[in-house]
Amino acid sequence: MSIRERLSGNEAVAIAMKQINPDVVAAFPITPSTEIPQYFSTFVSNGTVDTEFVAVESEHSAMTACIGAEAAGGRAMTATSANGLSLMWEMIYIASSLRLPIVMSLVNRAVSGPLNIHNDHSDAMGVRDAGWIMLFSESNQEAYDNMLMAHKIAEHKDVLLPLMVCQDGFITSHSIENIELVEDEKVKAFVGEYKPEHYLLNKKEPIAVGPLDLQAYLFEHKFQQAEAMRKAKQVILDVAKEFEELTGRKYSFFEEYKLDDAEVAIVCMNSTAGTTKAVVDSLRAQGVKAGLLKVRVFRPFPTEEIANALSHLKAVAVLDKADSLNAAGGALFEDVTSAMYVSGKQVPMVNYVYGIGGRDTKTDDIEGVYKDLLEIVKSGKIDNPYRYFGLREE
Amino acid sequence: MTDINSKTPASKLTIGGNIYNAGNARDFKTGDWRSAKPVFIEEKCKQCGLCFPVCPDDSIPVNKDQKREDFNYDFCKGCGVCAKVCPFGAIEMKSN
Repeated sequence: MSIRERLSGNEAVAIAMKQINPDVVAAFPITPSTEIPQYFSTFVSNGTVDTEFVAVESEHSAMTACIGAEAAGGRAMTATSANGLSLMWEMIYIASSLRLPIVMSLVNRAVSGPLNIHNDHSDAMGVRDAGWIMLFSESNQEAYDNMLMAHKIAEHKDVLLPLMVCQDGFITSHSIENIELVEDEKVKAFVGEYKPEHYLLNKKEPIAVGPLDLQAYLFEHKFQQAEAMRKAKQVILDVAKEFEELTGRKYSFFEEYKLDDAEVAIVCMNSTAGTTKAVVDSLRAQGVKAGLLKVRVFRPFPTEEIANALSHLKAVAVLDKADSLNAAGGALFEDVTSAMYVSGKQVPMVNYVYGIGGRDTKTDDIEGVYKDLLEIVKSGKIDNPYRYFGLREE
Repeated sequence: MTDINSKTPASKLTIGGNIYNAGNARDFKTGDWRSAKPVFIEEKCKQCGLCFPVCPDDSIPVNKDQKREDFNYDFCKGCGVCAKVCPFGAIEMKSN
């Protein structure tokens, strides 16, 4: 029997980490992810886990310690947010290029400045090209479930890429929700032991990790990373299937909520999907054919699958909780529109940048987006595809 | 040892450029980085033994009789430390 609990998103992640019982956790406190290493260090002190907890002096060191531990042959985990991730940035690329399946909990927060500690996705979007698998979580349950699936994906021999599980800072990280936990021994069996083929502490095979990689080789090694990202798609689906057998909870690249027969739809990630579902339900009650596509797997980006899922719609709005500041819409919008174009699917699309720096995202805002979409369907015109909501404008 | 060179296709390279064989520095001839070259003038050499311990690349071979021999240019990068320590002018730096 699974365990019914009520936990915050941070508690849920810390408990997942406790059940995974990794060899090394190296982390540095930063709001709003601080509680994760804080709770985890109590598990270490109480002897609940036998993890080596490294209380490092910075996030750069946290990622560096994880890289060292993982290359040595251990399973390493960390947690961070916003500027913590920024400080890791150099090592984020080292981790993925050395093909070390480190697992990180990224509690999404605005990257300063000006100084802000609240939720948006600018931290995650800053590392979207860094070669990490990126899973997004609508709720505490999803943050927990994604954590349990993380190692099986990252450590798979066809993948060997680091993975981050994202959730919205404060909105889910600090809100207590009902949650269904998997029993410790079942998690242990599901996650399994980490048995790397090559590792630094193997005295029978002395190896070198991270040697100089000049003009004749780096291109091929980057291609290998890209190939691993492409292969990760099947592994993500396989692991989700196994997870469904264990828990009954179904996961894929994205969730389609009342999308089948929808005429207008929103594409978004993380907690906003919950708000959007409430709006979809109320619009459906009024006879509006509204739907939602919630992206779970942002890297690798499921281009074809998303294009297929959206192809029957009359208008689509993509919501970006980070502004790319490029005068051409947010990152998710770019990815979705590019997927549509390349797949030859033509659907009128608009982008909304919203929720920046923790600006509240209300059902009224989302309803406004659906109304705009219905207007686009009616008029057949999009005057400006690059829009905002929740922003004070004259 | 895995034979990897600049013609090896991506699928045959180890991930991340990892090297799964130890002790392979010998296969990487770094002598071509050299812009200046030490020349051994044997008749001036007193076999005092000061030069070979300072060589950072182990490029001054010493034989069984504890006598130094001519340079190993496969690995000598031409740093000139040996020429500096030689008290007898038995090592001269020349343009490579």
